[in-house]
Amino acid sequence: MTTVSNQQNEEPSRPSEPIQDIRVLEGRRSFFLWLVAIGSATMGALLSIPLIRYALYPVFAKTTSAPWSKLGNKNQYASISAPVRKTIDIEQVNGWMKSVSRKPVYVTKGNRKGSLEGTEVLSAVCPHLGCDVPWNADAKKFMCPCHGSVFAPDGSLVQGPAQRGMDTLPIKTEEDVLMVRYEYFQALLSNKKLVG
Amino acid sequence: MSKQTPTEHTPQNPHHAQPSGLFHWFEQRTGLNRLLHHTLDEPIPGGARFAFIFGSGLLFIFLSQVITGIFLALYYVPSVDHAHVTVAYITKVVAAGSFLRSLHVYGASAMVIIVLLHLSQTFLYGSYKGKRELLWLSGTVLFTLVMGMAFTGYLLPWDQKSYFATAVGTNVASEVPLIGGFAKRMLRGGNQLGTLTLSRFYAMHVLYIPLLIFLFMAIHIYLFRKAGAAGPISESPIHPAQKTESFYPRQLVMDLGFASLLIVALGFAAFIAPAALGPLANPADTHYLPRPDWYFRPLFEWLKIWHGQAEFLRILVIPTIIVFLFVALPFLDRSPERRPWRRPLAVGIYSVVFIALISLGAYSYYQDAHDKDIAAQLALQRKAQQQYMKTPFQPQLVGAPLPGAAQAKKAPASPLAIAGRKIFESHGCFACHGEGAVGTAIAPRIIGIGNKFSEEQMENLFQHPTAKMSAGGMPHFQFTPNDVKALRAYLDSLQ
Repeated sequence: MTTVSNQQNEEPSRPSEPIQDIRVLEGRRSFFLWLVAIGSATMGALLSIPLIRYALYPVFAKTTSAPWSKLGNKNQYASISAPVRKTIDIEQVNGWMKSVSRKPVYVTKGNRKGSLEGTEVLSAVCPHLGCDVPWNADAKKFMCPCHGSVFAPDGSLVQGPAQRGMDTLPIKTEEDVLMVRYEYFQALLSNKKLVG
Repeated sequence: MSKQTPTEHTPQNPHHAQPSGLFHWFEQRTGLNRLLHHTLDEPIPGGARFAFIFGSGLLFIFLSQVITGIFLALYYVPSVDHAHVTVAYITKVVAAGSFLRSLHVYGASAMVIIVLLHLSQTFLYGSYKGKRELLWLSGTVLFTLVMGMAFTGYLLPWDQKSYFATAVGTNVASEVPLIGGFAKRMLRGGNQLGTLTLSRFYAMHVLYIPLLIFLFMAIHIYLFRKAGAAGPISESPIHPAQKTESFYPRQLVMDLGFASLLIVALGFAAFIAPAALGPLANPADTHYLPRPDWYFRPLFEWLKIWHGQAEFLRILVIPTIIVFLFVALPFLDRSPERRPWRRPLAVGIYSVVFIALISLGAYSYYQDAHDKDIAAQLALQRKAQQQYMKTPFQPQLVGAPLPGAAQAKKAPASPLAIAGRKIFESHGCFACHGEGAVGTAIAPRIIGIGNKFSEEQMENLFQHPTAKMSAGGMPHFQFTPNDVKALRAYLDSLQ
């Protein structure tokens, strides 16, 4: 262990008044200690700002909710006599990757919850177990080929095993263009519940 | 709490004075304070000097590289199909991503510069003398590891620049006599520079080499403390006689001052001129001129410069001599003389090598600037890089193409096929077999099923489904032979 009197070449040979020397040096030592501590803490705090922002970026980045897809001019659906099957392409961005999926929907007449001026857009996904439900033009009903659920033209439940009607999707019109936002709902429930 | 701590107590020193309470309890169990004092009281013969700041400067830069590197790993994916897009995401999208990546990129250059300064200071001060052979050897290992970090890290962004520079770099390995071909394949994970190479370089860069650096850094520091600081050139390397000053406070403040300066300089550079990322590597680009980063330029030039006769001198004899002199230095130069002007041979060789390296590097840049074709191509490459930096981030499209996208758009050829499509859609076949019959999780792809079954077989299948079909939930359909014909035509038309 070095002794304090080795302080470089200043005061090379003055062993007198050792106690005072120590006090002076200790004062200087603790001054340096504070300097180092405060300096390091400031430096560390400054450097941690970009690190924290970087790490938290995806936590606070605004989530891109599924965008609205166009279904064409709303007037073309004004006088439809049966549900019209349409496919929409949905682009989902997940961090640095993007995926596109094609989803079928039905534009139909009805006044269930989620309708707009007598028009509904239904998800083609069967609320029972998720099959793609086709429209049966002869029976004038939606008939799921998987387990036999039947739905009225407006999507309401006619016959199980499904426990609820076909799910309506959020819609809006923008300058007469009908827009839909595709969503997924939990299967097997009697009421519609959005899948996170 | 009345027990004495194992700490040495000297009444004159308040730092060592009897501590009390929680601090005392903690100290008794960890001895951290004692360790701290041992660290800070390292005696430096001849006192603190600015010449001694490089070692701890390296430690700080390394720490900065570790921290920024760990954070880069939050987003980076080491595979050929994702590496570039993730680095682009870090650079163009993530908050402070460009800044942190730039700190890491410039930190690598700073590390190489300071390692050279540290090495030069140790050499010129003769600080490797006096039972410090292992200390020097561990230093040469660390030097190699730092260069290895620079080499492996360069490939990771997988842009044009890094791809082609690494292609050349790994080719260099194949010039080594006898084991060259093996070394190259070992580095690349095969003959090609591809995704296996990237995985290898990533593992080297974040696991193997850092672990070795930690290990050898510990050895290096331990051996340094064991041998003691060598002090100034006027000091005897074996029996230090000059007055010592403890590391704390003056040397520590100098070291920390230097570290702060480095970090501020790096931060400034990262802020003013963020590190660029070029376009995605295109191995088919035959025009691209590979250029390594500045620290490998002398080696790059050395391998280019002298072809033809006496090749063995260039690739074997001279490099071997230099490496041997570098590694074996403390064994070869055993006199206790430390003053550079009294060591003409050692300092002479050092100067020649150093000047040769600088000249080779400078000549490489000079050539690039003065050959019109090369200069034009390099300018083109720089421009492509700037262009790429300006374009906004494009997320990478992943996953299979749209289910049935191609098929759905293709209009059925014959009227029979059109009728078949009607049947397919009205009976809800797509519910299980998917749009365009491409298949789903619950039912197989049935495009072109006519190649597999005859009309009779198909009719039979509809009436007498197999056990597998029934179990899968295939409904019972009453199709006429004409319906089956139409369905076959439609499914065949999708091929």
